[in-house]
Amino acid sequence: MAEVVLSGLSKSFGNKIAVADIDMRIDDGSFVVLLGPTGAGKTTTLRLISGLEKADAGTVSIKGRIVDHDTPAMRDVAMVFQQYSLYPHLTVRDNLAFPLRSPILKTPKKEIEEKIAQVAEVLRIKDKLDNRATELSGGEMQRVSIGRALVRDPTIYLMDEPLSSLDARLRADLRIELKRIQADLGATLLYVTHDQIEAMTMATHVGVLQDGRLVQFGSPRDVYERPNSIDVAGRLGLPRINILPADLFPATRGKGHRIGLRPEHIRFGDGQPALVKRIEHLGDQIRVHLEIEGHALVCLQPRLRSLSVGERIGVQPIDPLFFDENGNRRA
Amino acid sequence: MSHSITDATLRQKTIAGTLVILYASITMVPLLWIFMTGFKTPPDSISYPPKIVYQPSLEGYVNLFTTRTRVSPEKLAELPPPKNFAEEIVRNREMVIAGPSKFGERFLNSIIIGFGSTFLSIFLGTLAAYAFSRFSIPLADDLLFFILSTRMMPPIAVAIPIFLMYRQLGLSDTHLGMILLYTAVNISLAVWLLKGFIDEIPREYEEAALIDGYTRFQAFYKVVLPQAATGIASTAIFCLIFAWNEYAFAVLLTSGTAQTAPPFIPTIIGVGGLDWPAVAAGATLFLLPVMIFTVMLRKHLLRGITFGAVRK
Ligand SMILES: Nc1ncnc2c1ncn2[C@@H]1O[C@H](COP(=O)(O)OP(=O)(O)OP(=O)(O)O)[C@@H](O)[C@H]1O
Ligand SMILES: [Mg+2]
Repeated sequence: MAEVVLSGLSKSFGNKIAVADIDMRIDDGSFVVLLGPTGAGKTTTLRLISGLEKADAGTVSIKGRIVDHDTPAMRDVAMVFQQYSLYPHLTVRDNLAFPLRSPILKTPKKEIEEKIAQVAEVLRIKDKLDNRATELSGGEMQRVSIGRALVRDPTIYLMDEPLSSLDARLRADLRIELKRIQADLGATLLYVTHDQIEAMTMATHVGVLQDGRLVQFGSPRDVYERPNSIDVAGRLGLPRINILPADLFPATRGKGHRIGLRPEHIRFGDGQPALVKRIEHLGDQIRVHLEIEGHALVCLQPRLRSLSVGERIGVQPIDPLFFDENGNRRA
Repeated sequence: MSHSITDATLRQKTIAGTLVILYASITMVPLLWIFMTGFKTPPDSISYPPKIVYQPSLEGYVNLFTTRTRVSPEKLAELPPPKNFAEEIVRNREMVIAGPSKFGERFLNSIIIGFGSTFLSIFLGTLAAYAFSRFSIPLADDLLFFILSTRMMPPIAVAIPIFLMYRQLGLSDTHLGMILLYTAVNISLAVWLLKGFIDEIPREYEEAALIDGYTRFQAFYKVVLPQAATGIASTAIFCLIFAWNEYAFAVLLTSGTAQTAPPFIPTIIGVGGLDWPAVAAGATLFLLPVMIFTVMLRKHLLRGITFGAVRK
């Protein structure tokens, strides 16, 4: 395991800038989650670190050594591809053994057996070991491709939406498992996801990419509580942060251009009258869709009151986030 | 009974099967006739009406592999008893075996040249196709078009320049010369066919192998080649069929040491009258290698390319 440092990393495809001048430090043993809309450059960033893509400018260093001219094999990184690519002519077992048999690792047979058994247990693919890679469901393929990374002990694990096609329960289990690998074994991970919960529960650091730029990097709480911009604020938190004009409420008028209200920033009772438009029961939470002077507002149902559609209720912001005309947060 | 809408019904299968069997039977008749003629005696082979049922004989094969001289009946009587079945067959025609014919040698030439040029075409073709498929090569499209353009006229159109060139270079009537020539003709087909197959293999496999600690060549060898097996097998069969059957260049450029079977087989007719069983025997043996080769590679041809382990 090792620290990975990106400095001034840039990559364009034709005139499309995929990654622009990224500086990022991934500490040894940290779990960094990359967030960002589709096309933001998350996958490209992972590919630059792994050496599958050559940077136009900037450097990648692993363990304090600049690796720009190293082949992927020399960088000793493990990667779970967004398009999980298993070797179709091999069985699951051979797929898992493939990295261990590489000329670089040349693992002894017995050790390979043990590793495979161990990883198959964790990923629950023990009974699939002798299947051909093509004879698996999407979720099984995804687990095997995670397994192909986990059998190794690389400088860094690069994972591109590794849990995206698993069912909720398996996803929750594997989340814990990946977190354990990082916490107990001191593994370093760079992890791409669109999933809120994965980001908040697993990350030690969150990086938010936007149009190829790293717009914020910090602890999950930091990014959640002090987002740099409206865009970043929208990346974390469910239901999503509500963005409203600041002059909607007397208390916030003049303090910014727009305000951001997360559910915990809303107090019911006095304040602006809001109309309850819709109520969604999600099981663990009840979402209330409100309308204030033509603006939509989504929040959680207050604990001690149950609302019904068509009802009017007073809404008041407490400690909201303030943003200026450009969408940047005001301190 | 329920069935998938993509599966053929029994009725459709029966009709399709019948048609295929019918077509196969029609095309098999000449082959069967050649095969049968090879086991006839010369009089049986030209009897009219043609014989369907006959006493099988190995005379055709014996005549194919030997040269014989006629001897007088008195001389024949003085000879010691025949040592094997071949001598016996020959003596029934009042002849003795003078020595082996050239057929074995010519056949071996065909094997060396056919398989040698097939191997070389596939070897070079796969590497070139991989390079064209994966790397950005300057003027790649023009190069590919140029490679294809070598097949735009029949190869024999350049026979005279090649004949002169080969004479200058000392490649006439040599195995190397014929291997190079057939490779040159086949390589364009090989590059184009194989490029198509390799293009279909997702790059992600190699990228995964690179990450898994392999060099690009190892990734090519361990991941791309097994995936390209179908393409390689079918391309190899095409290359072999061309090199194996080629007649015009073989007649023009070979006469002795490197002569292949196709120009040799017709010459059998000239030796000692119209010996149809020997010609048929030669043709039968000549058909075998390509057939065996195709059957051996059948597994790869039928397996199809395995897609589907990459999420698109
Ligand atoms: N090989 C390529 N050739 C051309 N453009 C590319 C290539 N790879 C990526 N891009 C472009 O670079 C940008 C960033 O792509 P990237 O795959 O890194 O996005 P991403 O953040 O991973 O998105 P997603 O969440 O959809 O996976 C996109 O606009 C994409 O179209
Ligand atoms: Mg991506």
